[in-house]
Amino acid sequence: MPDPIEKVSIIISKGSLEGIYPGLIMANGARAEGIEANLFFTFFGLDAIHRKRLDHIKVAAVGNPGMHMASLVGVLPGMSAIATHMMEKKMESFDIPGIPEFMELIGDTGCGMYACKASVDLFGFSEEDFIEQVEGIITVGEFYEIAAGGEIIFT
Amino acid sequence: MTVTSIAGVDVDLNEEGFLTDSSQWTEDMAVEIARGEGIDPLTDRHWEVIRFMRAEYEAKGTGPTVRMLGKTSGVPVKELYQLFPKGPAKLAAKIAGIPKPRGCI
Repeated sequence: MPDPIEKVSIIISKGSLEGIYPGLIMANGARAEGIEANLFFTFFGLDAIHRKRLDHIKVAAVGNPGMHMASLVGVLPGMSAIATHMMEKKMESFDIPGIPEFMELIGDTGCGMYACKASVDLFGFSEEDFIEQVEGIITVGEFYEIAAGGEIIFT
Repeated sequence: MTVTSIAGVDVDLNEEGFLTDSSQWTEDMAVEIARGEGIDPLTDRHWEVIRFMRAEYEAKGTGPTVRMLGKTSGVPVKELYQLFPKGPAKLAAKIAGIPKPRGCI
């Protein structure tokens, strides 16, 4: 039998609902299996840990073939909100937590959470903008040090 | 499936070491399985979770995930990970002699 995975570091780089959830589910699932896990938020993925933004994450209604809807429809005002509302209701019925609750849960599992320094500087954010579970704003070099000895997954 | 002796009783285990028949389980087995997973001794808080897992399994046919445990067992998620560092739902199920919960979240 191959060696079990002992550690994963997951990078979340997108700020849409469908861009954020998979990484969160993988990190939470890793901890549930007793696997050490870290989350590294970069570029628009920072919205997932931004105090004022994490409760307003939207599904991409434009340029998203998975929506099975013409992009021309997706550009109509409110389409993204409607798609997000539908998705959230569906997820609730399957007992998938909203992003704020999910972040709290993942923090409680002991998963490490970090913000990418280059992106934080680029967007003009500071430590106070992020939820308390975030352990620090780190450079890419520091990320590799934290990720050492484990698998790295980019989402 | 293999037959192994736990706490002096022959039981059937699957390839991950979970009991395939939860009715074969005894409290003495829990102590021995926990020891094998590096949890020794089992405290009252461990037992609270183990008994809750068994009750849920008996009522619903499946054990709860970590999130559900945190919401319903009376033991918060942070403490669950202190009690069962290598995965609360998975380890507590193994110690409680029930199948591994299969939820993704």
